[in-house]
Amino acid sequence: MEEIRTRVVLNEHEIINVNSTDFPGNYPGYDDSWNLKKFSKNFRVDIVNVNERDMEFDLVGIDASVANAFRRILLSEVPTMAIDKVFIYNNTSIIQDEVLAHRLGLIPIKADPRLFEYQTADNNQGSETDATPEDTLVFELKVRCRKNPQASRDATDPSDLYIDHNRLIFQDFEKEIDIKVHAVKGIGKDHAKFSPVATASYRLLPEITLTETIEGALAERLKDCFAPGVIELDEVNDTIRARVANPRMDTCSREVLRHSELKDLIKLSRIRDHFIFSVESTGSLPPDTLFMEAIKVLMSKCRGLIQELERDI
Amino acid sequence: MDSFETMLQMDKTKLAQPVNTVEEKWKLLPAFLKVKGLVRQHIDSFNYFINSEIRSIMKANDKITSDADPNFYMKYLNIYVGMPDVEEGFNITKPISPHECRLRDMTYSAPITVDIEYTRGQQRIIRNNLPIGRMPIMLRSSNCVLTGKTPAELAKLNECPIDPGGYFIVKGTEKAILIQEQLSKNRMIVEADKKGNASCSVTSSTHERKSKTYVIMKNGRYYLKHNTFTEDIPIVIVLKAMGVECDQEIVQLVGSEEKVLAAMAPSLEECYKAQVFTQVQALKYMGNKVRQRRMWGGPKKTKVEEARELLQGTILAHVPVVNWNFKVKVVYLALMLRRTILAQGATLKVDDRDYYGNKRLELAGQLLSLLFEDLFKKFNSELKKIADSTIPKPRAAQFDIVKHMRQDQITNGLIHAISSGNWSIKRFKMERAGVTQVLSRLSFISALGHMTRITSQFEKTRKVSGPRSLQPSQWGMLCPSDTPEGEACGLVKNLALMTHVTTDMPEEPIIRLALNLGVEDVHLLSGEEITSPQVYLVFINGNILGVTRDYKRLVRTFRKMRRAGYLNEFVSISPHHSYRAVHIASDGGRVCRPYIIVEKGVPKVKTRHIKELTQGVRSFDDFLREGLLEYLDVNEENDCQIALYESDITRKTTHLEIEPFTILGVCAGLIPYPHHNQSPRNTYQCAMGKQAMGTIGYNQRNRIDTLMYLLCYPQAPLVKTKTIELIGFEKIPAGQNATVAVMSYSGYDIEDALILNEASLDRGFGRCLVYRNQKVYLKRYANQAFDKVMGPLIDAQTRKPIWRHEALDQDGICAPGERVMNKQLLVNKYMPTVTVPSLQATGSGPGQHEYREVPISYKGIEPSYIEKVMISSNEEESFLIKILLRQTRRPEIGDKFSSRHGQKGVCGLIVPQIDMPFSDLGICPDIIMNPHGYPSRMTVGKLIELMGSKAGVLDGKFHYGTAFGGDKVGDLSEILVRHGFNYLGKDFLTSGITGEPLQAYVFMGPIYYQKLKHMVLDKVHARAKGPRAVLTRQPTEGRSKDGGLRLGEMERDCLIGYGASMLLLERLMISSDAFEVEVCNKCGLLGYSGWCQYCKSSTQVASLKIPYACKLLFQELQSMNIVPRLSLKKYNE
Repeated sequence: MEEIRTRVVLNEHEIINVNSTDFPGNYPGYDDSWNLKKFSKNFRVDIVNVNERDMEFDLVGIDASVANAFRRILLSEVPTMAIDKVFIYNNTSIIQDEVLAHRLGLIPIKADPRLFEYQTADNNQGSETDATPEDTLVFELKVRCRKNPQASRDATDPSDLYIDHNRLIFQDFEKEIDIKVHAVKGIGKDHAKFSPVATASYRLLPEITLTETIEGALAERLKDCFAPGVIELDEVNDTIRARVANPRMDTCSREVLRHSELKDLIKLSRIRDHFIFSVESTGSLPPDTLFMEAIKVLMSKCRGLIQELERDI
Repeated sequence: MDSFETMLQMDKTKLAQPVNTVEEKWKLLPAFLKVKGLVRQHIDSFNYFINSEIRSIMKANDKITSDADPNFYMKYLNIYVGMPDVEEGFNITKPISPHECRLRDMTYSAPITVDIEYTRGQQRIIRNNLPIGRMPIMLRSSNCVLTGKTPAELAKLNECPIDPGGYFIVKGTEKAILIQEQLSKNRMIVEADKKGNASCSVTSSTHERKSKTYVIMKNGRYYLKHNTFTEDIPIVIVLKAMGVECDQEIVQLVGSEEKVLAAMAPSLEECYKAQVFTQVQALKYMGNKVRQRRMWGGPKKTKVEEARELLQGTILAHVPVVNWNFKVKVVYLALMLRRTILAQGATLKVDDRDYYGNKRLELAGQLLSLLFEDLFKKFNSELKKIADSTIPKPRAAQFDIVKHMRQDQITNGLIHAISSGNWSIKRFKMERAGVTQVLSRLSFISALGHMTRITSQFEKTRKVSGPRSLQPSQWGMLCPSDTPEGEACGLVKNLALMTHVTTDMPEEPIIRLALNLGVEDVHLLSGEEITSPQVYLVFINGNILGVTRDYKRLVRTFRKMRRAGYLNEFVSISPHHSYRAVHIASDGGRVCRPYIIVEKGVPKVKTRHIKELTQGVRSFDDFLREGLLEYLDVNEENDCQIALYESDITRKTTHLEIEPFTILGVCAGLIPYPHHNQSPRNTYQCAMGKQAMGTIGYNQRNRIDTLMYLLCYPQAPLVKTKTIELIGFEKIPAGQNATVAVMSYSGYDIEDALILNEASLDRGFGRCLVYRNQKVYLKRYANQAFDKVMGPLIDAQTRKPIWRHEALDQDGICAPGERVMNKQLLVNKYMPTVTVPSLQATGSGPGQHEYREVPISYKGIEPSYIEKVMISSNEEESFLIKILLRQTRRPEIGDKFSSRHGQKGVCGLIVPQIDMPFSDLGICPDIIMNPHGYPSRMTVGKLIELMGSKAGVLDGKFHYGTAFGGDKVGDLSEILVRHGFNYLGKDFLTSGITGEPLQAYVFMGPIYYQKLKHMVLDKVHARAKGPRAVLTRQPTEGRSKDGGLRLGEMERDCLIGYGASMLLLERLMISSDAFEVEVCNKCGLLGYSGWCQYCKSSTQVASLKIPYACKLLFQELQSMNIVPRLSLKKYNE
């Protein structure tokens, strides 16, 4: 019973107990009703590592739906700045206007979106005068590939022959790009370029249980079945005995289930409410801030929902 | 201890390997392709034509004489095809590049010049380099400017270095001449008809004529059948007519076995009954049976002479008759008879028409030479006609034939044939359509696949499976997978990777060699010796050369000589045991491929040779020259023991396959692990690879094609094949590596629909560019008026161009970079209202003409952008404006995608990334594919491709999925495990919607996906109201005309069955072509506005609604003197 409630079990060909079933009244003898005290007792956030670009932390004691909500909001509802309009005055490069605009749009912009407003609908006329300092960043790119007067006579490499030469954009000299771009605030739901994360995802903490003691050559083999560091070998009474050292390192490749002699000595599962969350930022905001922003978005959504509910009543 | 054990094991595996394996013998393949190129067969054939064949055509028709003046003659001394150039007026020419021809709608052609000797009056004159016409030049042939150029030089000429050439550019379009498959000429084919009657037939073909001769059996007697005779001639009479008067001699020629004797008896008897004993009697007999043809001058011939001439020149035309010596032809005819008799008696098996050794491929060079010879003869006869008619007339200037040599006949003849594909050759009465096709430039592969295509002359409608099925003798020569589905299935084929098609070569040296090797000349032999069971007959290109006692020695020596380089490498010699014959072939059109020679169980190519090859000190030709490799044609293959792998070599083995995957062609070569797929899937992919968009060449951005599809971000496939590397597909790919999860999702994935990830589309997956062009000509008319282009109209109030003219530049042509919407103008063109010269000369000069608007506007539901505008001129028009329009498209629901395993599907749903499942690493699939696509299709190759790509991504390298080889699944799985993935490639996924794990492990990894050209945007169509046809007033048909959707017969039947009469009325009349007519109830005819003109009254005119088509029918019937009368009754009476 406890296993059904708390573990996702990885069998060789299927995964069982994937859904959380601990809603109130489902299990006789368990009080699954939600209360803050119990939640705050169980709930835990352990930050494993965090730097400017990515972050890994554990979210323990929470339902999958909530963890998933954070993931979804991070991907599609936390705003960032991205290039949305490209005004092309001249483009004689080999990249087509639309492709150039598309690629410019995908460049992450290191600007704090919290300092900007969303562009209002009547301010979005598709003309250059749309830009206001409150909602738009304006960039300008004006490059021209010219002949390098200092180039030696027998130079053949285009980067020696030409100034401002970019092999990918300019085939030849006298090609020019003259553009003005507007970067605005937006969310990932509208276009992936506004997504603040390269990806945000989570996995459940793996759990490996040895149902019997595994010793000798079998233990060696067991160790090889997992990523390095998952299984350690101890010497006990002159024999080598396997011990689960760090299940967190396991990649859930289920390699061990291929070995018929090990298959029955081991049980693979994952802890249902232990989420190893990873956020990779594109660089506009540090990942921890992003997560805080995601929480704010969720809170405002909840507030909105409560308001809606109250209005109806 | 443990390591020692593994060492032992390793040794064992090593021991199991054959000794001194030739490692990497596949490297011979790139060497082969480097020498020959991918479309070498076309180029070789064309080179042969313009460098030697054209000369022999000239030699065969080199003299023109005149009936009017016996002293007059003109003789061709030499003929040349020059380098492609263009005449820029006033005899100034400049060399031209193929790309310029494409852009300017011109023909890439070179002048054909001749040296002649002729008489002018009493003078004898020699003139050199006189142009007689222009020859379209095949790209990358010996006379093309591109041959031997480095990639950098090619880039300067705007040409793609990977493009194989082998096609023509005629009036700006690229035309490929398809390879034509035919039954080989000048060979006996023994067949049996439905009743079991055997017959032997030969299609003789010489430069002059083509004819088919049969020896058939009717009621136990044998006859000669030929279409110059009104009825079949008894064979004995024919033999007698050729000078074999003695019955015994006839029988000896045919064979003196008991069975043959018995079969001959009725025929001999028939000859006796016809009272034919001497040659003259026989000729007279035949002369009376000659089909009368219209007489065209010439001295009247007697029947005997006529018959004799037919026997000499038309019947079995390919067998030479020198000085009326019929010996060889007699032997040949006797042999045909013998084979028919033996086949009748079932001693001999009938020949298989579909056997590929009996087929010849006709290539561009041969087809052009047929056409050119015809045109050249016409040119000469025209000159003769001019000479005949001009010389007798007294003139001030002497007759100079050079002044009458008109170039346009040959030029236009060639250009017209290539651009229309209609090959009509008068002297063979040949009329063929569809010989050329516009080179398909949808993708690089489609262009390449087009160049290797073979069409068969076989009728498509006939329901026989023989010619369509895969013949074992096609092994290695033709691709077993690449054939279209449907009516042309099996009739259109493709060459395999290493196939070479031979060109003609002279027979004389081969004959000399054969005679020196102890072949006894047929002239010296009597009948008994020829049919003796001790000897083998020796044939050269279908003609009897003689007999040999020791055929084995002959064949062996011949092959030795060939390997030593004394004979051309493409001469083939092979014994045919049931015919007791040795066939030597040097004719063109045979398919052959190279093999490694094996002697005494050891392949002659050693690792050392391959090493030298990789170092670059040895070329493919060196292998041939040193006798390490040789070409085998289909007939010779049958006499060889060819080992597929080195381990299969036994004592008897004579040859070794270079690489098994070369049995596939270029299109099938793209498929990874094709040997794991169900075979029709590979066939489907061959068809679909040609529709995939991607890159079409390095020069794609300089082209202005009518339609061009490009992929924004094409990727090289993660799992590649050797073929992909060889043809350069990874440099100009057509597809993207998509991460595919094989699982069910949402129900929008039934029937092969795919689910796409929205974020992937945002990031550029499947994004494509569609280019279209618009051509505008500015003409000059007979009255010196010409079209003009005017600047945009300016709105008086806003001082801006009016909306329709928004995209126009100051010169009246749209500006590059502008967006054009539906109905906006591309070119603001004006045309003079009067274009014919007026009779009375008005004083107004040019520019005084009145003009009317003929705007060129953009049509399309989606706007386009102007990519570029080209202003140029070509031979006909003084101004040619080409506008290139561009659209960028992102995949949408309904767009078609396909993997490389014949698994096509449309996009069924686009799902935001947050709803997509994700793996532990946070990987989201780009595509979700329903697993039901697998079991019935059995495309295991796709599963292995996924494993290979996944392993490749993790390892950071490309894996190989080459046919009959490639990386092993076990190895790929090991790589996955090493990187912490599941052995089977199945991942633990979490649902993006609920956030909980999925119940099943999901097979996920990258698969190379192609975007096919079928897109929803090009097909969407709906209409509420719109245009109608003028005649019937019914809605127009088809999307291009904004037509209605037809409620057809079957739909109508449904509604009738359902009894929905009002709906029917509404659909078929009211919403279609309802028309109010006035009917006079007195006469029953149609009236007009309440008046019946027939009755001259308005008393009984009633008005009713009928379909306009019905009214039309009545009127048409009336025009045919049929009176349809309508009688009206009250509804309730």
